[in-house]
Amino acid sequence: MNTLIPRDEQDAASIVADAAARRMPLNLCGNGTKAAMGRPNQIEASLTSAALTGITLYEPAEMVISARSGTPLAEVVETLAEKGQQLPFEPMDYRLLLGSRGEPTIGAVAAMNLSGPRRIMEGAARDSLIGVRFVNGRGEVIKSGGRVMKNVTGLDLVKLMAGSWGTLGFLTEVTFKVLPKPERMSTLLIRGLDDESAVAALSAALGSPFDVTAAAHLPAPDRQGARTLIRLEGFSVSVDYRLGELRRLLKRFGGADILEGRGAEAVWQALRDASIFQDRGERAVWRISTAPTKGPTLVARVAETIEAQWFYDWGGGLVWLATPAEGDLGAAAIRAATSALGGHATLVRAPDADRSRLDVFEPQAEAVMALSRGIKASLDPAGILNPGRMYAGI
Amino acid sequence: MSIAFPTPDEAVLSRRNEILAGLGRLVAPEALIVTEDERRAFETDGLTAYRHMPLAVVLPSSTQEVSAILRFCRENGVKVVPRGAGTSLSGGAIPQADAIVLGVAKMNRVLDVDFENRVAHVQAGITNLAISQAVAHEGFFYAPDPSSQLACTIAGNIAMNSGGAHCLKYGVTTNNLLGVTMVLLDGTVVELGGAHLDSAGYDLLGLVCGSEGQLGIVTEASVRILRAAEGARPALLGFERVEDAGACVAAIIAAGIIPVALEYMDRPAIQICDAFAHAGYPLDVDAMLIVEVEGSDQEIDDMLRRIVAIAEPFRPKTVKVSQSEAESAAIWKGRKSAFGATGRVADYICMDGTIPTGQLPKVLRRIDEIAKSYGLGVANVFHAGDGNLHPLVMFDSSKPGEMEKAEAAGEDILKLCVEVGGCLTGEHGVGIEKRDLMPYQFNAVDLEQQMRVRGVFDPGWLLNPAKVFPLEGRFAA
Repeated sequence: MNTLIPRDEQDAASIVADAAARRMPLNLCGNGTKAAMGRPNQIEASLTSAALTGITLYEPAEMVISARSGTPLAEVVETLAEKGQQLPFEPMDYRLLLGSRGEPTIGAVAAMNLSGPRRIMEGAARDSLIGVRFVNGRGEVIKSGGRVMKNVTGLDLVKLMAGSWGTLGFLTEVTFKVLPKPERMSTLLIRGLDDESAVAALSAALGSPFDVTAAAHLPAPDRQGARTLIRLEGFSVSVDYRLGELRRLLKRFGGADILEGRGAEAVWQALRDASIFQDRGERAVWRISTAPTKGPTLVARVAETIEAQWFYDWGGGLVWLATPAEGDLGAAAIRAATSALGGHATLVRAPDADRSRLDVFEPQAEAVMALSRGIKASLDPAGILNPGRMYAGI
Repeated sequence: MSIAFPTPDEAVLSRRNEILAGLGRLVAPEALIVTEDERRAFETDGLTAYRHMPLAVVLPSSTQEVSAILRFCRENGVKVVPRGAGTSLSGGAIPQADAIVLGVAKMNRVLDVDFENRVAHVQAGITNLAISQAVAHEGFFYAPDPSSQLACTIAGNIAMNSGGAHCLKYGVTTNNLLGVTMVLLDGTVVELGGAHLDSAGYDLLGLVCGSEGQLGIVTEASVRILRAAEGARPALLGFERVEDAGACVAAIIAAGIIPVALEYMDRPAIQICDAFAHAGYPLDVDAMLIVEVEGSDQEIDDMLRRIVAIAEPFRPKTVKVSQSEAESAAIWKGRKSAFGATGRVADYICMDGTIPTGQLPKVLRRIDEIAKSYGLGVANVFHAGDGNLHPLVMFDSSKPGEMEKAEAAGEDILKLCVEVGGCLTGEHGVGIEKRDLMPYQFNAVDLEQQMRVRGVFDPGWLLNPAKVFPLEGRFAA
């Protein structure tokens, strides 16, 4: 594949303008660690942000960081950590799940709206993304948002770019709101709950005033092995107090242990990255978003039809499912369950052939698709930016 | 009057009777307001210096009625100005002579509350505060809290992506909105998002939030509700110098503390508010912070102790840590009466711009200079944690030309916000007020891209058409 590596934003704009004039589709990427996601496309040329690197602004007291899109995520995370800060939404790292190598970029975090377990408390990447610069499909440089967290000036194209998978523009710079890193992290662990009880426990914790920053359930074939996890963060005095209160609140679900330190961090990282399914490379992996209390019902319906493994994040609002890589990979059962119970499913890991013939993203109502097509055309009239990566024709 | 409105379309004005008759077939008689007396209540909003009588006002009761009205308006080329409670401070709901006002205030019910999943499903005309009231019995609340929350509707909050004093911790509307039912101009009803945390496909919900009624009419919304903290208490810190207050804000955040509110008042604001509310504010300081934290009593004590220690190097002249509900109420009473109290001493326009907080001392100094250069006074009350400024530019409306001076000073202040890296509006929206300043923040290409996206939803440019984008430079729709 022909790889185009712009050295700056203007260079990127010229490349895209030229491609638009020639109606030459471009595969947009950073370092390609998530190339195996979305709908596969047969594009000859790649446009990469690999050379657009560097943090361009960091003001810890203003809780804001800007970086060129190809900046390694790790560099951003380390820079923030030096000042005791972090990206609040805990961006997911897909490398273990997809078996890919290389450095994930901050641009992909925005373009794919990569988020983790703190989603329940602090929102997704899109909630912290406050500014973008990008090249649209006409080769024009566009800015939206800025570097201040309250900004309602004009249409919020920032949100539109978040999670658009490079189909609307080539991000050149992104600006995120950041938060202080908590002094202490502690996790309550309850063992042996079935899915229903676990989600009830998680919902009770999340509905309490005790600021739970993550809540997950890992079922096990023998129920004794099941683990229900609730994370608290903050100043030590406050964490102690809230641990005590939560233990009392959740007494009816059984006794709770407390996890701290590296072990606890590793558990949350594994949940964040869905790396629990990493060694099941032969299986398909789905990511389902639904109302938290509907998670167990949704899973039960799917499991009636196909053999599956699963776990719950966000107190049940996010379900990760691994299914056998055969037939429709469970698509029919999963889509039936999401349409009956509300929510949507994304086929995250599957061979190219399967991602070509199945819907990777949840099919949408025709009126919504019509708007999406209109938006695509308004930003990329020649249809050259990652065409078909999300939906056919987009 | 310095803000221009497009010339009304004579063809539409001449067809008024026909248009009223058409609308009359779509809604009950009491939902259609046609007499001049009754229409007058809708001729302006919170930006009262500007007013235009609309063709008619329609107050539908259902999504279906909204759909029928919009389809009719599109087919007949009638402009539509959406309206919640009409509290917009940027003129977002000010009508035009050739437009109808479509008000959603009658659709004000709570449809469903799901405490387990922490979602409230409401009709769009419900007031912001009524959502919190509807869930308060279980200890929950809806977080974004614009000052007008008693009156403003969630429809208007969504249109303007409203914020409030507590947004530093809880985010603005877009961070608390899970889904909407929206009617497009051709009458199509779309569902964006839902009771789950992530939307599929493009983030159309995020695009609609803050679009100032230009993309469609939102009739229902699903919003996140949060369990209220066990308690909250403020501390009041007074500083001799503006620079010290600014540095103290930075130090609090650097220490890893995100207060639930972090309010800043300058000397004129302190004097005006204290004279009105007798809040016991220090009258001998140039800047005052109200820092509020949440949690259990023990957590609050711990946090306020830390904050007072952090403030120490900046030599606060006053340190008052609230010890009781009565003391907390007194501290907040002054702040919350700021707009009313200022209204008693002068006419004023309330500006709304955001700056990087590091620029605070410089910007406050410049704001003062700008006001003085026009011979006007200015008071500053704002959310210091997020840099959202609300300079109140004071003038005397009985003196000819003073309001125009205040507007000009306001414009200079907003340009200053952009110059230092901020933006024209943090929570009030662009409306008509800041429409013509948009080119200061965006270049022609940026604006054209926004307008192209707008055009996807409303190619005929009929929805709230005179707002947000400068009249100059619009491409033919």
